Amino acid sequence: MSVRLHCPNCGDRPLEEFLHGEIPTVPSTIEDPDARDLDRAFMHSNIEGLTTERWFHAFGCRRWLTVVRDTRTDEVRGS
Amino acid sequence: MNEFVERLIGLHWAEPKPAYDVVIVGGGGHGLATAYYLATRHGINNVCVLERAYIGGGNSGRNTTVIRANYGIPEAVRFYQHSVDLYQGLEEETERSVMHRAKGLLWLAHSEMGVRAERARAEVNTAFGAKTEFVSAQEVKEICPQIDLSGGGEWPVMGGSHYRAGATARHDRVVWAYAEGAMRCGVHVHQRTAVTGLLKDGDRVIGVKTDKGPIAASLVLSAVGGQVTTLASMAGLRLPIRSHPLQAFVTNHYGLEFDPIVASADLLFYASQTARGEMLMGAEIDRQPSYSYRSGHPFIQSCALRAMTLLPFLRNLKILRQWTGVCDMSPDYSPIMGFTGVDGFAITTGWGTWGFKGIPAGGEQMALLIASGEVPELIAPFALDRFARDRTLADRGSAGTH
Repeated sequence: MSVRLHCPNCGDRPLEEFLHGEIPTVPSTIEDPDARDLDRAFMHSNIEGLTTERWFHAFGCRRWLTVVRDTRTDEVRGS
Repeated sequence: MNEFVERLIGLHWAEPKPAYDVVIVGGGGHGLATAYYLATRHGINNVCVLERAYIGGGNSGRNTTVIRANYGIPEAVRFYQHSVDLYQGLEEETERSVMHRAKGLLWLAHSEMGVRAERARAEVNTAFGAKTEFVSAQEVKEICPQIDLSGGGEWPVMGGSHYRAGATARHDRVVWAYAEGAMRCGVHVHQRTAVTGLLKDGDRVIGVKTDKGPIAASLVLSAVGGQVTTLASMAGLRLPIRSHPLQAFVTNHYGLEFDPIVASADLLFYASQTARGEMLMGAEIDRQPSYSYRSGHPFIQSCALRAMTLLPFLRNLKILRQWTGVCDMSPDYSPIMGFTGVDGFAITTGWGTWGFKGIPAGGEQMALLIASGEVPELIAPFALDRFARDRTLADRGSAGTH
């Protein structure tokens, strides 16, 4: 994937400079504490469409940024 | 598969019926193999397979066709060795050529730690039925003369494990052989039919909604690759799956014979020669989850560099094609097969980067599960509830793609 991400400090940089970070979310419909622990440990929303995620500019300014990306096309909709 | 190929293969298309005993979502290897074994082993042929595009167009047609069983844990070695055995008899059973060819698979070690890992792999594999030998660097050179044992001066080959039964087969033909066999027994396969939702009665799944109308079923099996999380969420299930792209490429024709499949877990690549003489290579998954089939230059650049470190002759070849599949990665790098806790809904997923080799055994065992209503011993460890039971099957080191 030859995608560039916009880093507020460094400008448009190749995706390979960044590490991906998921924002883990446990649905509020799960109430049982053990079930919430299980979900947090293993389950993923694995969203097909727009997803909000964190990227770490590991080979750059080493700061985290928040990115909205469409997982169907890898199009970045904002950061 | 285009219209031209469809005419060459004995596939017989039928109109969808309003109800089936079993509806299988996903017309890839696993879905069609399950239908095939349901019909041929258990006489259950009131079955349909729904495919949103064309059969074998997903990961079944995008993998690197390696068949092997040299995994790291007993449950996996047993399961995949059974699959390797079924593959060996597949041509005879289906009376179709799938271009199956045993080549032997070399898994190389470049450090003392790597040597220990490959020695352990050979022992575990052999103990559970997948005969594997540890071979010295000199023997590696005899098996594959093209390898630069110095690894470009940085990745010296210190030995490796050699799994002789390692093989490749033509992936489209495997899919077509299962489809033809299933259709001969009366199974319906509906291409270009997208599942848009599930029919439910309370929590129970009683069928699927498609873009060509609803279809009722006693059991719905998800054999989806890629969009499995979306389908499972319609049944009210959360899955331990993230979908990552995996890229691969082939070069132009290499004039000499390159017999084995060569892999290096440290350098993260694997290479084999296709029946056309092209060199086929793949490596690790893309780090970010995505459903995009886009492939890019950074991957071929880094993968080619690593491959040339061990196989310098690749320098003189050109890359012809590259492509991408979307792999459903489970947290423990093992597949997930069985009932789900939701009535009327079974699943075979988590096939990550190891789905092609598991097609015959996965299909056979899922068919047995559906026909008997009981979980077969061979796949019991791979149940979805293993995560809640704290019985994960961690085998990352055997995936060869991380």
